[in-house]
Amino acid sequence: MVPLNYYLALSGVLFAIGTAGVFLRRNLITVLLSIEIMLNAVNLTFVAVGRYRGSVDGQIITFFVMTVAAAEAAVGLALIIALFRHRETLSPDAFTALKW
Amino acid sequence: MLLLIPLFPLVGFVINASVGRRLTKSISGGLACAAMIASFAVSALLVSQILGHEAAPLEFTLFEWMASGTLRVPFTLRLDHLSAVMILVITGIGSLIHIYSTGYMHEESDSEYARYFSYLNLFASFMLVLVLGGNFPVMFVGWEGVGLCSYLLIGFWFRKQSAADAGKKAFVVNRIGDFGFVLGMLLIFATFGTLDFQLVAAAADSRAIEHGAIGVITAATLLLFLGATGKSAQIPLYVWLPDAMEGPTPVSALIHAATMVTAGVYMIGRNAVLFSHAPITLSIVAAIGVATALMAGTIGLVQNDIKRVLAYSTVSQLGYMFLAMGVGAYAAGIFHLYTHAFFKALLFLGSGAVIHALAGEQDLRNMGGLKKYLPVTYWTFLIGALAIAGVPLLSGFFSKDEILFKTFTSTNPYRLLLWGIGMVTSLLTATYMFRLVFLAFHGERRSAAHHDSHGHGHGHAPHEAPPSMAIPLIVLAIGSVLAGYVGVPHALGGSNRIEQFLEPSFAVTEARGRLEAGGGVQSTDAAGVVRPVAVQDSHSADAGESTHDNTSTELMLMALSSGVAIAGIGIAAFFWLRNRAAVNAMTARFRGPYTVLLHKYYVDELYDAAVVQPIKLLSTGGLWKGADAGLIDGAVNGVGQTVRSTSNVLRRVQTGSIRTYAASLFLGVVLILGWYLLKFR
Repeated sequence: MVPLNYYLALSGVLFAIGTAGVFLRRNLITVLLSIEIMLNAVNLTFVAVGRYRGSVDGQIITFFVMTVAAAEAAVGLALIIALFRHRETLSPDAFTALKW
Repeated sequence: MLLLIPLFPLVGFVINASVGRRLTKSISGGLACAAMIASFAVSALLVSQILGHEAAPLEFTLFEWMASGTLRVPFTLRLDHLSAVMILVITGIGSLIHIYSTGYMHEESDSEYARYFSYLNLFASFMLVLVLGGNFPVMFVGWEGVGLCSYLLIGFWFRKQSAADAGKKAFVVNRIGDFGFVLGMLLIFATFGTLDFQLVAAAADSRAIEHGAIGVITAATLLLFLGATGKSAQIPLYVWLPDAMEGPTPVSALIHAATMVTAGVYMIGRNAVLFSHAPITLSIVAAIGVATALMAGTIGLVQNDIKRVLAYSTVSQLGYMFLAMGVGAYAAGIFHLYTHAFFKALLFLGSGAVIHALAGEQDLRNMGGLKKYLPVTYWTFLIGALAIAGVPLLSGFFSKDEILFKTFTSTNPYRLLLWGIGMVTSLLTATYMFRLVFLAFHGERRSAAHHDSHGHGHGHAPHEAPPSMAIPLIVLAIGSVLAGYVGVPHALGGSNRIEQFLEPSFAVTEARGRLEAGGGVQSTDAAGVVRPVAVQDSHSADAGESTHDNTSTELMLMALSSGVAIAGIGIAAFFWLRNRAAVNAMTARFRGPYTVLLHKYYVDELYDAAVVQPIKLLSTGGLWKGADAGLIDGAVNGVGQTVRSTSNVLRRVQTGSIRTYAASLFLGVVLILGWYLLKFR
């Protein structure tokens, strides 16, 4: 049986990859994908800890996270499409109109 | 029933103030007059119920006005003998002046006419509350109310700068006095624990008279007297009254001669027991009264505005009333108040008729010879002048002689000085009044032809007053003759009925006194019996042995003052009727004193330099530019500036770049999590 620490280490790596993607990539779609990776890293933690403690709570909350992630993806993609139609670009640095 | 007396004019005010501008003149004026006459009828009816010497006062409590701790102030109206005299004067003479006003104000527009009558009704209502009030706060309601109406009516023609200023001056000067009144009221409550006039009198009576020592009663009465000097135009607060002549003439007659300005005298009479326990205050009252009488009398001698002469005459006569109060002759003071209301109202209305006839001319130098144009005005004015001068058998003679006699026989150490100045003032009164009569009505007509070139009013003969103005004049003239006969002194075979009538009002009512002091008062009189306090030392004149002496003294004094009155008229006749050149010679010879008198002793200038200008300076330089613009505005603007400059820096944080926001979010989460991880390791 794989020890819990392996799962936690993997999810930590995944989360770090996702975070790096959010900050470093210059494409909004990739940023969105990176967020999905971060969410799934968290999901993995939940499921692993649930399994380790012998309860189903981790799996239940994972369903919720997946639902929210689906909704987030839908809204996020819709926004991205609208932004693209407006500016012909997907670089997050292009959208800085909302400032002082 | 008692409530109806002030209620009628109040209803008149409400109607005229709300819908008056849509009513025609005859309706709005008629309504105001009807309200006053109704009020007079109710007053007469109620007064007839308490005519007896032993009759208990009528009382009516409308509601409990204030109740807090030991403070209990019911809104009580109380009709006793003193207020009976006052309400008859107010409603009776008030009605006549209302009727007169319907004629006098007829050239105003409908809405102005209604506004005038609504103010006049409101004034009457407040004045009635003032005299009917059963305790200090209710009296104060009326006291302030009449002040307000006085302000409104002085400034009735508010588009004229001088009228607006005069109203403001009256209001501000009165505030100074009212401040004293309020302080006195508070001191009385702190000392006696009550504000009801009867209870205060009873409580004061159980204390020792403060001979030669300034105790709490002396302090309280002095503060109250400060209020009286404001309302009743005495030194040092008399300066507003002459300026108040900017108002319509009937207003001068009603408010600034017959009723409101006598409120201070009434207030002292109402608190006679209290004042009797403070001999120092009484001496001050007498001194101020006689000084005011003399000062105003001398000023009145040289003024050229017909209404100003009458205004100074009013100040002077009020001084007489305060002299009477100050020597403890309360009844004599109220008696003079009552007769003065008749003849001074008559004189003012007469001068109003003259002004009306000359289309607004008030300068005596431009009058003259009006006798043949205005016979009714002339004869009634002459009766008024004779009455105020103190010619025997007219009303002023009885009341003024009563005051002078009471002064002469009082216990005041300076009684002879007071009496002497009173006599001099009496001479002055006769002289300036007849100067007025001779300048206005006798001699040649001196119209102001040189500055009347545009023909307006020139060449027209002055027209006699319309009936609505003439009838009040005639009624008041009859009153000026007959009013004195309620107070014919013993020396002339009368019984001085008014003094006996008023006596209970200046005494402690035993029943109430025992109730308050909880048995502390040792009297064994039957409940409700009224015991006159030994207020008037001269009162012993009524009792037995000294009667004869006093009678001869009184007769002698009477003869003397009659002589003085006639001498005064003689002087006036010599200077202004026979020998006008002598006047010029006199003014040239006494140029200095004449100028001082003409400028009213420079008191206005003095007040302006000593009070008005420093306050202006302080307000502009200190309070406006320093405190308001500097401190308050500075603080407010400073807060704004600080927030702005800080925000200018801080708003740079909001870059609009999502990446920055996400980075700061992430950094924050890492920091917080890290801190927790390290802490709970």
